[in-house]
Amino acid sequence: MDILIQVIVTGIATGGVYGLIALGFVLIYKATSVLNLAMGEFMTLGAFVCFTVLSQLDAPFYLAFALTLVCAFILGAVVERLVLKPLIGEPIISVIMVTIGLGITLRGIMYMIWTPTFRSFPQIFPPEPLQLGFAVIPSGLWWGLILAVAATVIFILIFKFSRIGVAMRATANDQQAALSMGISVRGIFAMSWCFGAAASMIGGIVIGNINGISVYMGDVGLQVLAVIILGGLDSIAGAIIGGLIVGILQNLTGLYIDPLVGGGAKNVAPYFILVLILMIRPYGLFGKRIIERV
Amino acid sequence: MDYQLSVNDVHLSFGGLQALNGVSTGVNEGEIFSIIGPNGAGKTCLLNCINRFYRPQKGSIKLEGRDLTRLSPHKIPGLGIARTFQNVELFSHMSVLDNIRLGAHIHLKSGFLTGGIYFGPCRNEEMNLRRHIENEIIDLLEIEQIRKSIVYSLPYGLQKRVELGRALAMQPKILLLDEPATGMNLEETEDMARFILDINEEWGITIVLIEHDMGVVMDISDRVCVLDFGVKIAEGVPEEIRHNEQVIKAYLGEQDLTLSRLG
Repeated sequence: MDILIQVIVTGIATGGVYGLIALGFVLIYKATSVLNLAMGEFMTLGAFVCFTVLSQLDAPFYLAFALTLVCAFILGAVVERLVLKPLIGEPIISVIMVTIGLGITLRGIMYMIWTPTFRSFPQIFPPEPLQLGFAVIPSGLWWGLILAVAATVIFILIFKFSRIGVAMRATANDQQAALSMGISVRGIFAMSWCFGAAASMIGGIVIGNINGISVYMGDVGLQVLAVIILGGLDSIAGAIIGGLIVGILQNLTGLYIDPLVGGGAKNVAPYFILVLILMIRPYGLFGKRIIERV
Repeated sequence: MDYQLSVNDVHLSFGGLQALNGVSTGVNEGEIFSIIGPNGAGKTCLLNCINRFYRPQKGSIKLEGRDLTRLSPHKIPGLGIARTFQNVELFSHMSVLDNIRLGAHIHLKSGFLTGGIYFGPCRNEEMNLRRHIENEIIDLLEIEQIRKSIVYSLPYGLQKRVELGRALAMQPKILLLDEPATGMNLEETEDMARFILDINEEWGITIVLIEHDMGVVMDISDRVCVLDFGVKIAEGVPEEIRHNEQVIKAYLGEQDLTLSRLG
């Protein structure tokens, strides 16, 4: 029983981090209808930038974190301007294909700069694990969860209450109306990419801190893809709840199914459940149902 | 007299399709100016050029001497041009009141700090705005009873009114209306025509109107401009347009049928 609770708690912590990265996906998708498949690479880049600043410059963590955020905004803006703006008006599937190319390119660049070596993250959080009595959360996960939850809450507050957030929602709801209200839709597109990149880069730092970093860590992006499709592509609540579901599920499968099949089930479980849920709810758990009257 | 809004030799094409081919016209301050023409004549394109959703390849559009074609689209509402759409473009899961209030956001000066303190200038600003919206716009459009309703639950005719209300909340100098009476029954159409006249006469807002209902157009317009295949074929007071040979030919090609439509 103890081990079950322990695994569920670990799953919630992992899920919180997934939720943050999923939020990055959703922010971009809601505003621009583009599914950014380079998200995993954005994440890796965030981890590497933070890592480099920490280890090469011996900077304190908050500084490295701030610099990573700056990088995320620059990356978001540059990608929007150079890669996506020329594609406005092209079929959405082409744009999604281009984000795959973008991911591969980013990965290549990261190979060249940081080489494929596996590294462990410098100590940024106090190493004591959190004792809950019924369960123990390792330090990395615990602090990672705090960071992820804080970031998620801040993003949601921005989205709900700030002027730019309201403008983003207006654009997501109706681009033409937003434009005629004096909202710069192009500016909002760029802003969504910036926020999306920031969310994934913070996620990258957290995951890098837990698992160590290498250019391959972007593969987590694929797990997160399962999260957002599960939760519904355009739902922020769906991203967070989907993250928790996938996190818990993965850890449970790791505990109960992996020993039976000799390992590996952990990584397949989210997709298995994904298929099941999509068969019942094709728009995901919280996705917007698009009804067309003919 | 100088036009308040002048359109000079505007060309717009999409690939090989010439949507507007050298259209020149102008709107006087305080008039109701209608643009009519068969489907696909480029009426909405012209409207889209005026508020810069499209950038014309050639030509200029000037509001009180200022060239709009070089501005980015989100600057246009700030200059006093508001519009409604052929297919209603409202924020569908917000209430009527919220939608209309949103139109006024370009006039709000309060930022994060003043908004946080709230009392003083921010409060005054908000109160004035609310007075303007609740007393004048909602009253004018006769939508008191639905002001708390969620927009998507409303019938089409009322949604069009809400959209008009939102455009009015922007306190525009010029209001672009794209087929405001389409899909409405006779009574709703008459209401809409009355609202347009009220807005024009009482508030002094210049109206640019696209409409297929010839009864409405001929009744309320000061001047009418006729487009056909991206070219202006006529312009003048409704009486002239009614008897213009070219217009009649463009409309259906069949004289008597057209005459019956043009009344």
